[in-house]
Amino acid sequence: MKILVTAKQVTDPDMKIKVKPDGSGIATEGISYKVNPFDEIAIEEAIRIKEKGAAEIVVVSVGPKDASKEIRSGLAMGADRGILVVSEGFTDPWTVASVLKKIVDEEKPELVLMGKQAVDGDNNQVGQMLAEMLGWPQACFASKVELSADRAKASVTREVDGGFDHVEVDLPAVITADLRLNEPRYASLPGIMKAKKKPLKEMELKAMGLDAQPKVKWHKFQAPPERKAGIKVPDVPTLVAKLRDEAKVI
Amino acid sequence: MGNVLILAEHKDGTIKKVCRAAFTFAKQYAAKQGGQVHILVMGPGAGKAAEEAMCYGAAKVHVAEHPALQSYLAESYAIVVAEVAKAIGASVVGATSSSMTKDMLPRVAAKLGAGMCSDIVGTDDQGHFLRPVWAGNAIVAAEITSPIKVVSVRATEFAPAEKGAAGGEKSAVAVNVDLAKLRKRFVKFEEIKSSRPELTEASVIVSGGRGTKGDFKVIEQLADLLHGAVGATRAAVDAGWVPNDLQVGQTGKVVAPDLYFALGMSGAIQHLAGMKGSKVIVAVNKDEEAPIFGVADYGLVGDLFKAVPEMIEEIKKAKG
Repeated sequence: MKILVTAKQVTDPDMKIKVKPDGSGIATEGISYKVNPFDEIAIEEAIRIKEKGAAEIVVVSVGPKDASKEIRSGLAMGADRGILVVSEGFTDPWTVASVLKKIVDEEKPELVLMGKQAVDGDNNQVGQMLAEMLGWPQACFASKVELSADRAKASVTREVDGGFDHVEVDLPAVITADLRLNEPRYASLPGIMKAKKKPLKEMELKAMGLDAQPKVKWHKFQAPPERKAGIKVPDVPTLVAKLRDEAKVI
Repeated sequence: MGNVLILAEHKDGTIKKVCRAAFTFAKQYAAKQGGQVHILVMGPGAGKAAEEAMCYGAAKVHVAEHPALQSYLAESYAIVVAEVAKAIGASVVGATSSSMTKDMLPRVAAKLGAGMCSDIVGTDDQGHFLRPVWAGNAIVAAEITSPIKVVSVRATEFAPAEKGAAGGEKSAVAVNVDLAKLRKRFVKFEEIKSSRPELTEASVIVSGGRGTKGDFKVIEQLADLLHGAVGATRAAVDAGWVPNDLQVGQTGKVVAPDLYFALGMSGAIQHLAGMKGSKVIVAVNKDEEAPIFGVADYGLVGDLFKAVPEMIEEIKKAKG
């Protein structure tokens, strides 16, 4: 079977992001980049499927030229080859889904696994849009994925408001990963060495012949309202007295 | 300018309180851009929910009740939402952000050839949608260039619409869904039963982080004393200590209660994104340098396992 996974390049989620003073974007000096954590979970899941039976894993990224680094880190974890679609700056979810659709049409995977959202744009849209564009079923926010023995179906547990939703999808399908699907492995040193030799195809988004115009454009950025620090209280009785008499919340 | 269609989620025929935020957005948007507000209720109990939906000033309430909608599937529900949107000439389709609408609305957008903005917190003078990005560390003005626009609305940023007298029309939706073609089957829903209020509806939230070491007993006791909800950080959820739907933060729930207790947590960027809109924040942490103190109104440096039981006693005394 063939599995397509995504590896979006995002800013390190543990770094504090600031808006540029002129509001044209976010300040990128000193910022480092990584694979979107939810995509990493999706890659791990694909590798686990491969470990249970044969599979070819293709890692796709839509992003700047140096997002090849994110693809290589997926290859180092155990994926087989990569496709980088170069697109500088903000690429809206509709365009990303259109690019992925085109790649799916060519590669014909039985399964697309991706993160439920990227931690920069926080859209949570691409997987669902892609599924609809392909006419495939979707299983989003997966915390458990089990393929049937013949690999024609997937049973998926979805973590949603109020409980666990259990669904079954016929493959091909799009599955998006939530936090608890698995714990991604660290790439081994031999894995990193091997990844350097694995095939990575690069193409320009503009050269793909898509007629997709972006449907969302980003304009001005502003900093969110700052919350000021309050006071430190010395002990519990003072705290409770403040909550009762000053904040009047208890 | 076309109409605004709002999908209202309900539980057994009672509209969820958070959905009323989307009604408020719709009213504001229609007032600025023109058009009428329409509400769509779907699935079992939709007939009852429609009666309530008519009390929020919509021109028309659409009711989709059909055996094919008995269990929620993004695929079947999206078909109905898109059909209604086309039938009424909607230029905006929206709903309050929730795990169901996050799952379904992008699919609706793809059906309608529409761009989508997730988790909008407002609009600006140019008609652009304001939405948080990078865990809420920036707010971007986003323009949707397609004729139909799809949005999900962040509940904490729009006051819930007030119920008024019933009015407007009611219309039954002709549902045309063939479940056999969806290649997906609903198996079962395992409800997590809790006597506590839902996180997004609670006026008090008591949250625990890594500092609980997995022991949420005192957190729960304090929550119960204040009739509040229990929340958690991503680290606590990741460790398997509490269910994922208790996660507060960028990739979990965004909340803004009157009172938020941040107990035994450092204050990671991704957690702050979900709770810094709370009216009053109380933090307890052993590490006085913890970033959580940077957003807390009242900070107490200490061990939560000592401080929280003492708080429970003091609050009991204060309440008489």
